Order: sequence, then structure tokens, then C-alpha cells
Amino acid sequence: MNSGANISGSIRRRLTLQLLGIAAVLAALLFVMVMTYAKQVAEESQDNILSASATSILDSAAIQSGEVTVDIPYSALSMLGNVSDDRVFYRVVVNGKYLTGYESLPIAKASKGQDSHRFITSHYLGESIRMVSATRRLSNASGPVEVTVSVAQTLKRQRETLERISANAAYLGFGFFIAAAVLGVLTAQSAVRPVQTLANSVSKRGPQDLRAVQAPVPGEMAPLVVALNRFMARLKKSLTRSEEFIAEAAHRIRTPLAVLRTQAEIALRRVERPENRAALKEMIRAIDESSRAAGQLLDHAMVSFRTDHLEVKDINLLDLAEETLERLRPLAEMQDKTLSLHGDEPPPISGDAILIQNALSNILDNAIKYAPKGEDVQVIVTHEDDWVVLSVYDQGPGFAPEDIDQLTERFSRGKNAEDTVGSGLGLTIAEEVTQAHGGHLKLSNRTNVRGACVSFYFPQS
Amino acid sequence: MRILLFPSVLIMLLASLLSVGAYEIEQHKVFPAPQEGANLRIISNSDIDIFSPMVEAFQRKYPSVSIDYTVVSSTELMTALYDEKQVFDVAISSAMDLQVKLANDGFTLPHNSPVAGLMPDWARWRNHVFAFTQEPASVVYSKSAFAGLEVPTSRQNLISTLRNHPERFLNKVGTYDIRQSGLGFLFATQDARTSDTFWRLNEVMGSLNARLYCCSADMISDITKGNLAIAYNVLGSYASARAASDPDIGILELEDFTTLMLRSAIIPAGAEQPEIAGTFIDHLITASWSEEGADYYPYPKLNRNEIAPNLSLRAIRLGPGLLVYQDNLKRQHFLQEWQNAIIQQ
Repeated sequence: MNSGANISGSIRRRLTLQLLGIAAVLAALLFVMVMTYAKQVAEESQDNILSASATSILDSAAIQSGEVTVDIPYSALSMLGNVSDDRVFYRVVVNGKYLTGYESLPIAKASKGQDSHRFITSHYLGESIRMVSATRRLSNASGPVEVTVSVAQTLKRQRETLERISANAAYLGFGFFIAAAVLGVLTAQSAVRPVQTLANSVSKRGPQDLRAVQAPVPGEMAPLVVALNRFMARLKKSLTRSEEFIAEAAHRIRTPLAVLRTQAEIALRRVERPENRAALKEMIRAIDESSRAAGQLLDHAMVSFRTDHLEVKDINLLDLAEETLERLRPLAEMQDKTLSLHGDEPPPISGDAILIQNALSNILDNAIKYAPKGEDVQVIVTHEDDWVVLSVYDQGPGFAPEDIDQLTERFSRGKNAEDTVGSGLGLTIAEEVTQAHGGHLKLSNRTNVRGACVSFYFPQS
Repeated sequence: MRILLFPSVLIMLLASLLSVGAYEIEQHKVFPAPQEGANLRIISNSDIDIFSPMVEAFQRKYPSVSIDYTVVSSTELMTALYDEKQVFDVAISSAMDLQVKLANDGFTLPHNSPVAGLMPDWARWRNHVFAFTQEPASVVYSKSAFAGLEVPTSRQNLISTLRNHPERFLNKVGTYDIRQSGLGFLFATQDARTSDTFWRLNEVMGSLNARLYCCSADMISDITKGNLAIAYNVLGSYASARAASDPDIGILELEDFTTLMLRSAIIPAGAEQPEIAGTFIDHLITASWSEEGADYYPYPKLNRNEIAPNLSLRAIRLGPGLLVYQDNLKRQHFLQEWQNAIIQQ
């Protein structure tokens, strides 16, 4: 199907790859976003509980007999144990002086804002920790005192949570990518489907079908279809013009040829020297060939024209064959050949009688021409299944088997016909006519006896 | 007046040799290996008599491991590991708060036990602290001393009984000296956390000139000798062993609440045989938590449900909450308050 096309890339492949790329980027983005969000949530929830813990320790700070004392509530540390089994550290500092807890915990820098809780991520005893520091002022007899409570927790739980979410997010991203990839492939396919539909409908057409494409196409394809339709219209016009030209030419040649032939025959009667007679006979033969060719060209032009505008009516193929044979009988008798017709009354077919007659007479003309003198040309009408078959049998040399497929092409002549007058248009005309009627032409050689067989298959109406 | 009874059964085997540090050794025993092999050093506050079946069972499975078993009090255990950084491969203690503090402050090694699935989550903290017993803090009394009296069933009852019969109980009430005993301190803080009756009971005991002890074994001994009529917060597991041979010993689990302690094992950071130590801990876990149990397991059978069918049983939770009473300020305040209550001039 692609033979002869200069192919560079594929819209579908490019579209699929682009959609896959987009899906991969989005899946990666999804993963990163989920992870960022999860990290934020995990940090926030840890920060919240650290804050609560620090606040409850800070609330327990009081001044007893001039000294700041802190009575750490059991819940302040056990609440941290409720959500995870991370290690817990704390420190209480009063006016910058260590009071209790883990003295060497890192110090949170005072933040610029008014936030009473300051968070830092740091290291302590070989592990990463998250630490909150909260400060409160108490007033003593000697002035205000500042109590700072820091509570820290290792990040094991947070790390585990993130690892679990990261695994899930990876599955999610992968699933998203697969779903998007499947949809992408389907989308790419559906995007190129109108192109395929158009290609199919154009390539399915018969050789004569140059009608404009009528089926609806997407807007993007309209320029292509318009161009295609214009191209076909031009092609059709130019074909018609050349057919007309040929017909015109043939017509114009035929009349002078007839005059020329008459003159040549008159001359033949007058001359007596054998070499002159031979030359004149050769001349007449050439004239015959030319006028036959002109006739067939005319016939073909007529057939080409009429196949576009069939005048259909019911036809009895036997009667039609009888009529045609009647007209050709004098020609056959002149060459000492008999034409015979056999067959039962066939079912009617619907068709253009003039065309079918024309096709048949071209075939009979061939048959008469190739049949040896004194032999018969038989026409037999039968029907097979839904077909009405009209077969012409001769006793000529038959078709060369290697030719059979090409013989119906225009101006093609068989190898066995080199010494006989002919243009090679007869079989072409016959085939075009049967095809115009929805039938086909079958060429074969007769079995057992010498001769060829040409069968017209017409669908019965 | 204060009466302090120091351990009477000090078996100071090799004590002079071993006590290079300041911590005080109570008992020491070497379980030689039937075959040549590695040596596992265990520091523990579990008496050799009770614990040795576990060690022997381990050696039956691993005959090439000789075990060096040192018994110290829970506070001395803390001193040895926390302050002096002595080298031991396994530390076993009933003072849960000290075990958690050791683990929290980075004095332990992690152990990813292949049998951790046997234990409920609440029976371990991180992969550092592994509990293998559940032992109630009980009241142990002399049945003869209570002749004619109703045996109290709750702290309220106990308070009124003591208050109403000072002649019978004066100088005859015993409890832990929580300044010395880590387990006593743990029980006291958990009691204080649970109910205010703890302080009233302490005041009553103080008014009766309560005698203070370092360990459960000594309190039980004094009950059998008739020196004590009643001892509060004694390890029920030790008492049951003695009750079997002395019919005069009665054990009570108070109905208002009874604290359950989880004895636990850790691998100290300086362990020289951490892998064998891990195997030993796995052995403890299997003996205690597996469905089929083990005939050599010397402690009360474990209850796998955190909420015991008997609601009055309160298991102490392993976790950072236990660090609270280890806070210097908090500890000092608590000890001060306790002394004010129990030591009355």
C-alpha cells in the first residue's frame, strides 16, 4: 500500500511518543508533588505534637520560693511515645542557664518573627532530630525570668512514613503513567483514523471512478480533500478531452480512408501487372487495418462515454446475440466462416443494449478474424448461479497462457496475433462494458480442441 | 528515725576483682560452657536463683557459650552502664524507666530480632528494649500477723487497717527505699501517677515507722522471720516462690489497681558480643512470648492482651513517658516529697 510513497515518520508514532512523554513528565510531577506534600504533612504533624509537648512543659513552670521550677507532666513525653517510638530529648533553660534535661541539645536561634515556637532540624547523639523551642516569661521578685523549653524527637517515624508513602506514590505515578499511556495510544489511533478512512475510500475506488470525495472529514483534512477533489476533477477533464480528441481524430480519418479504399479497389480492377496488383492489395489491407483501428477507437470512446451514463433496460441476451450475429454474418461469409448461436431462453439482465452489442461485435470480429477458413465461430448463452454467461468460441490459435492477464489492457495484443490486422482494443472494450454492468470478462483456451473462449458474465437482474 | 536494711545476702564472689568501678556487685556467677567458645557477660538485677533456669536452657541450645552473670541493683546497673560505661553484652533489669533511658540516650545497640513477631508491640520499645516478663507489684503479708483482722483488698482498706491498728503494725511495715531501688522508684512513681491514695498510704506507713528495703527478697525474708507484718510493692513473682515453702506468707493484688512491671533486656552500646547477646534476647523472647511457652520459664505466665481481663491490672508502658521521673528536677522533687511522707521525725 505504501509502495511508491516517500515516507518520513508517522503521525501516529510521533503523537504516541509525545503523549507518552507528557504522561511520563506528569507522572514524575505527581510523584514529586505527593512526596513534597507528604513531607510537609509529616513534618507538620510532628511539629504540632512537639509544640504541644513543649507547651505543656512550659505551663508547668512556676516560681516556688524565688526559684523557677519545672514539674514535667507525664503526658508531655508520653504523648510523643504514643505516636511513634522515636527517641525523645528535652531541655529547660532559665534566663540562658541550664536547669534540667539534656544540656547539650542544640540551640534554636531566635526567629525574626513573633512566633513563640521555633523549629529546627539538627543532629543530636548521632541522629537527626526535629526540635521545637518555646519561651515564656515569668515574673520573679527580682524581675522577669525567661523560661525556654526545647523538646526534640528523632526522625525515624517520619522517615518510615515517608518511605511508605514514597512506595505508594511510586505505584500511583506508575499506574497513572500506564493509564495515560494506554489512553495516549488510543487517542493517537483515533486521531489518525480519518486519514486512514479517506485513504481506504480512495484506494478502494475502481479505475474509472474520479468522483469528488463526499464523505465528511475533520476540518483539518478539508484542504487535503479539496485539493484531492480538484485534482481528480482536472484529471477527469483531461481524460475526457483526450477521449474526445481521439474520437474526433478517428472519425475524421474514417471517411477519407473509405474514399481511399474505394479508389484503391477501382485501381486494382484496372491494373493487370501482378506486382502492381500485389502493391494495391497490400495498400487495401493497410487501409482496412487503419479504418478498423479508427472504428475501434470510436467504439472505445463511445463505450467510455456511455459507461458513465448507462441507459439501463431489461435485455434478453439471446435475442441481442441473434441480432448482432445477423449483422456480422455477411462479413463472416465473405471469409468462408459460419456463425452459430445456441442456448436456452436466459433470465433477463439489465443493461445498455448498445454497449453490449458493441462489445460482442468486437469480440466476434476478433473471432472471425483469427478463426481458420471454413471453421465455425460459436456463440453460446447459458446461466451459472446468478450469472448469465455469453461465450464466444473460435477455432483459432488460442491465447498464449502468459498473456491472459494483460490482454484486456488498452492496445495490448497477444503474441499469437502478430500477423493479423487489429488494434488491441477489442478485449479492452469488452471488459469495460462487462465491468460497467457489474460483471466480468473471462478469457480461456478451449480444452481438448484448438481455439479460444471469451465469456461475458452479466449479473441477472 | 530511719531504718535502712542493707542487703544481708551479699555473695561477693570475685567482687574485689570485678568492681574496678564504683558500682556495687551483689552476686556473681560464671556458667561455664560445656564446650570451648565465646563468653557472654550479663548484668542483671534478677536473682541468680530465679534466673538460672533461663541461662541453663540457653546453654543447652548453645553449649559453646559460657555465661558470666553479675547481679546488681537496678540503680547500680544504671551507674555501671550510664556513668561508668562498663562492658556488658546484655543488661536485664526490672527498672523499666532506666532501661528506656539507656535506650533513649543512646547507650544501647539495636537488635532486629527474628522472633520479634511473637511479642505484642507494647512489649518492646524501638528495637532496643525487649520485655520478657509481666510481674505485679503486690502486697505481701504474714497471715499470723493479720490473725483476727480482715485482709485488706484495696489501698483504702489497707490505709484504714494500718491506721486502726498502730500497735500491731508499728515498725512492722516495709516498703522499698526508692532512693536506692530503681524498681521501687518506678513502682512509687507509677502509683503516684495513678492515684492520690499513694501519698496517704505513705504518710500512714511513715507514721508507723516504716522500714525501707533495697529489694523484694529482703522484705520477704523479714516477713518469714516475723520482723514485718506487711510489705507494700513487693515483686509478686519472688513472693510466690517463697509462699510455696512458707504457708504463713500471703500475697495480695490490690483491687483498686495493681501495677504490672515488664522486666526487659537490652544490649549495651559497649557490648563485645552483640550477636550472641541478640541470640540470648531471642531466647528470652521465645521462652516468654511463644504460644507453647517453656517449662524452664521462671516467671508468671504472660498475658498477651494489653488490656487485661482484670481491669485493675495496669501494665507500665515502655516509652518516653518513663523519662519524665528520671528528670533531675522531677526526681528530686519526688524523692523529697516521698521522704517528707515516709520519714517522719
